[in-house]
Amino acid sequence: MEKSARITITEDSVPGLPRGVKLRFDKQRDQWVLLAPERLFVLDAIALEIVKRCDGEASVAQIVNDLAETFAAPRDVILKDVGALLQDLADKRILSAGRAA
Amino acid sequence: MTELSFPLAVLAELTHRCPLQCPYCSNPLALEAGSAELTTSQWKAVIGEAADLGALQIHFSGGEPTARRDLEELVAAAAAAGLYSNLITAGVLLTRDRLDALAEAGLDHVQLSFQDSEAAGCDRIGGYQGGFARKLDCAGWVKDAGLPLTLNMVVHRQNLAHLEDLLALAERLGAERVEIAHVQYYGWAYLNRAALMPTRDQLEEATAVVEAARERLKGIMVIDYVVPDYYARRPKSCMGGWGRQFLNISPAGKVLPCHAAESITDLTFDRVGEKSLRDIWENSSAFKAYRSTDWMPEPCRSCERKEIDWGGCRCQAFALTGDAGTVDPACAKSPLHEEMQALATAESGGKSGKAGSDFTYRTRKAGEAAAQKVPEPLGG
Repeated sequence: MEKSARITITEDSVPGLPRGVKLRFDKQRDQWVLLAPERLFVLDAIALEIVKRCDGEASVAQIVNDLAETFAAPRDVILKDVGALLQDLADKRILSAGRAA
Repeated sequence: MTELSFPLAVLAELTHRCPLQCPYCSNPLALEAGSAELTTSQWKAVIGEAADLGALQIHFSGGEPTARRDLEELVAAAAAAGLYSNLITAGVLLTRDRLDALAEAGLDHVQLSFQDSEAAGCDRIGGYQGGFARKLDCAGWVKDAGLPLTLNMVVHRQNLAHLEDLLALAERLGAERVEIAHVQYYGWAYLNRAALMPTRDQLEEATAVVEAARERLKGIMVIDYVVPDYYARRPKSCMGGWGRQFLNISPAGKVLPCHAAESITDLTFDRVGEKSLRDIWENSSAFKAYRSTDWMPEPCRSCERKEIDWGGCRCQAFALTGDAGTVDPACAKSPLHEEMQALATAESGGKSGKAGSDFTYRTRKAGEAAAQKVPEPLGG
């Protein structure tokens, strides 16, 4: 069987939630959570904005542009936050990442 | 008084029937009969109640949950209720078609157990000939179905020498995640403690192997690691606190604060169907007995860690002292802590030679015989 390799998130990566990872609103506790194998991550407002844009179609660059525009924030700051969060999720094996064509 | 929280996860033990006979099984010694199991419609009702109560995840476990022919239907019911579903299986009863049907029904994740890294040990420890080969097939089907795969490996004195090989096996099978869990000593494992207890050196080596593997496999495979607390200084935060985040439903519908709770023989448990799951969670005497911190004796009551470890493990306190309401001997503040560590050290030596390595396998008959015997507490 082919061995998997670590994903490195770049601006060209196209992040998505793989099978077995689900974004859900937790009514009982009034919060957004990411459900994954034996784990549950409570998303803060910023993480939620990032994760809900991981649709397997938009690239990291596009996501960052969108967030910078929506929140009128400096692109380099957003890029750093987005890169760090997505790399962390990828290292936890709960993010897939294709490549922009 | 802490505000009452609601369970995040429900462990549905669909059946105690299992083709394997692992000597550290987490089921109670007194196994429930197939004829006592909840029906499909009863389980479906429970699944709906669990979702209404705020649970987000459901673990289908056993025994061997795939021994239930209605598993697909229950997985579909969980998916319809919005619950994240996890199958905890030994894999030996599955076929590719059945696995595909479960994936189709909405299953989110599979946890597959391996008792050792090679066939001889795996089949001997699980008490099931040919099991290892079937597990390898099953891992492939899970990957082919596109489901995330976790390998579950319970480790102890008789397989810890293969820990590197176990991790290599998980990597080779493409698991995104592996759980290396040292045996926790209740019920069956308590009965087999002398055959399972690792030496302190083995534990330290295992921890070093896991730490090195985590570094090497960063971003490739996540490794969860559960240590045995017989050698610890502080107890584990068992279940994240009694009745705080978790509930367990037995095959016959008993609602338990953890899978080992029936080992505490002075508790009584309510059943689904007789009362609502919410009523049981909020009001049953078993859940209230050790919830939060009001029940705590000293030294727990004035301990700065009381809302970190919630007093450790009630089942372990009961098994080792005869009193579930006392300090867990795994804590260095317990007067019995040193005696517990001395016991672990003595048993891990396997001084009695071959006899010290023989298992009492999990069978209904052995369980009935063992359940009659009252364990000898420490300090006696």
